[in-house]
Amino acid sequence: MTSTDELRELARKCRVHIVNMVHRAQAGHPGGSLSEIDLLAALYKTTLRVRPDDPDWDDRDRFILSKGHASPGMYAILAEMGFISVDDLASYRVLGGICQGHVDMKWCPGVDFSAGSLGMGLSFGMGSAIAGRLEGSERQVYVMLGDGEIQEGSVWEAAMAATHHELGNLNVILDRNRIQNDDFCEAQMRMFDIPAKWKAFGWNVKEIDGHNMEEIVDGLNFLQNSNDGPSILIAHTVKGHGVSFMADNPAFHGAAPNDEQYAQAMAELGEVVA
Amino acid sequence: MTKMAATRDGYGEALLELASNPKVVVLEADLGKSTKSLHFRKAHPERTVSCGIGEQNMLLVGAGLAASGYIPFASTFAIFTERAFEQMRNGVARPNLAVHVCGSHGGTHTGTDGSSAQSIEDLAIYRTLPNVIVMHPSDVVSTKVLTMQLAATVSPSYTRTARNKTPVLYEGRENEIEIGKGIVLKEGSDVAIIACGVMVSQSLEAAEALTAEGINATVVDMHTLKPLDGELVDRLVSSCGAIVTAEDHSVIGGLGGAVAEHLTSNTFAPLERVGVQDRFGESGQADEMLEVMKISAPYIAEAAKRAIARKA
Repeated sequence: MTSTDELRELARKCRVHIVNMVHRAQAGHPGGSLSEIDLLAALYKTTLRVRPDDPDWDDRDRFILSKGHASPGMYAILAEMGFISVDDLASYRVLGGICQGHVDMKWCPGVDFSAGSLGMGLSFGMGSAIAGRLEGSERQVYVMLGDGEIQEGSVWEAAMAATHHELGNLNVILDRNRIQNDDFCEAQMRMFDIPAKWKAFGWNVKEIDGHNMEEIVDGLNFLQNSNDGPSILIAHTVKGHGVSFMADNPAFHGAAPNDEQYAQAMAELGEVVA
Repeated sequence: MTKMAATRDGYGEALLELASNPKVVVLEADLGKSTKSLHFRKAHPERTVSCGIGEQNMLLVGAGLAASGYIPFASTFAIFTERAFEQMRNGVARPNLAVHVCGSHGGTHTGTDGSSAQSIEDLAIYRTLPNVIVMHPSDVVSTKVLTMQLAATVSPSYTRTARNKTPVLYEGRENEIEIGKGIVLKEGSDVAIIACGVMVSQSLEAAEALTAEGINATVVDMHTLKPLDGELVDRLVSSCGAIVTAEDHSVIGGLGGAVAEHLTSNTFAPLERVGVQDRFGESGQADEMLEVMKISAPYIAEAAKRAIARKA
């Protein structure tokens, strides 16, 4: 059993990878990667039944990063878990590299769906969950959605269909970081009572602080143990969490730090840059 | 009396036969009675997924199933598949997941529902997607055979079927039907008419009329638009020297577009494209619509004469 201290250290290492990737590429999406990474660290380390040395294992749990632009976070945890090497992270956004700009199942081991266009992952996850049920497998499907992403209407087609089909093996983690591409969600499209909306669609709902490891572990247990229908963990997060000037700053949804900002970020994350 | 049947019934029959493969699943968006997937649903409800009136979700549920080793067949009206075009593009074609989409009620032949239900651009848009097989069979038998062959392919596909009945052409000739291979239904040396879907029987009628005028036409059923049977088109260019395409679809980007693209990059021959002339349809009976759109047999025969007159 991994302690929450170990999970926090794992997430810190992933944050360093994330900032390294976007700084090296001078492009990419640090904000949503930093908001999701505590959740991903705990999910991969404590919950997902996957085999880094056999990424295509048929009966693995599925993880679908529907907010596929937040790929640095995914690549960071895949490297720390051993699906890919830390050296592979240098291929982020580089021609021919396995770390494509947005996560792609045809390019990178451990990626279950080619995302990048918002609003698609939950439907794909629903198909994966039906497949698991048809096979009589106990495997679980986890889909990470962004909060801006649920403005896509097709998400709600899937939300409605998942309860109709009583997919207890389908789980969503919502990264509620309150910021989307252009601005705060509140300015772009007010979403009012998000938990009430999912409850109204028949989902099991739990809210947590998405940067509190004890609450995250509790939340993942809730997802695993709620099998009477689909379940959603609404994780309240801070976009850019862990790097002071990125935190809660819409400017770092999709922008890279300059060299000076990079040095500051590394120092804040406890890394000494040579 | 010519035996008549609707191609959508061929799709329904194929699904029932494919059911012996436990990996085959059927996805519906509240139009199973129309697309004819309902027979599969009745026999195998446990392997039928209702997606409600939600086409975008349906295509990606199919993608998730395909990525987990299943063979999903998803159907709705041709026009409504288009609502999920980006799902088809990014979630199905791009990762090359073998989801098989059937769009029924394609073309103006759909009839009295009017222009909102008459897809005239589906073949064109799906043809632009890498990895996707695009088909528009002409009769109930070939629809059944081609749909069954799809279950063994590793690529996604789009197949257009039609609502209304057309002549049965391939009874007892099932062995001649293969994805990607056009079928020569009649041989002639003056002009080659390449058709798909409901226009194949119209083209046979046109060829008969032309014979009475001393013109011998070849008629080809090009049920697969992508990959196009380019070898066959090349042979037609050398044997006939003039080509007509005929489709119940826009002249932009469908069968006429595919053949034009092939001709400009290979051996050239004059080409006349019979199809919907960049306009929308209206309510009318199927046969009336072919007249309104100027795509019925007499118009194909006229186009054949124009193509012949353009021979160098």
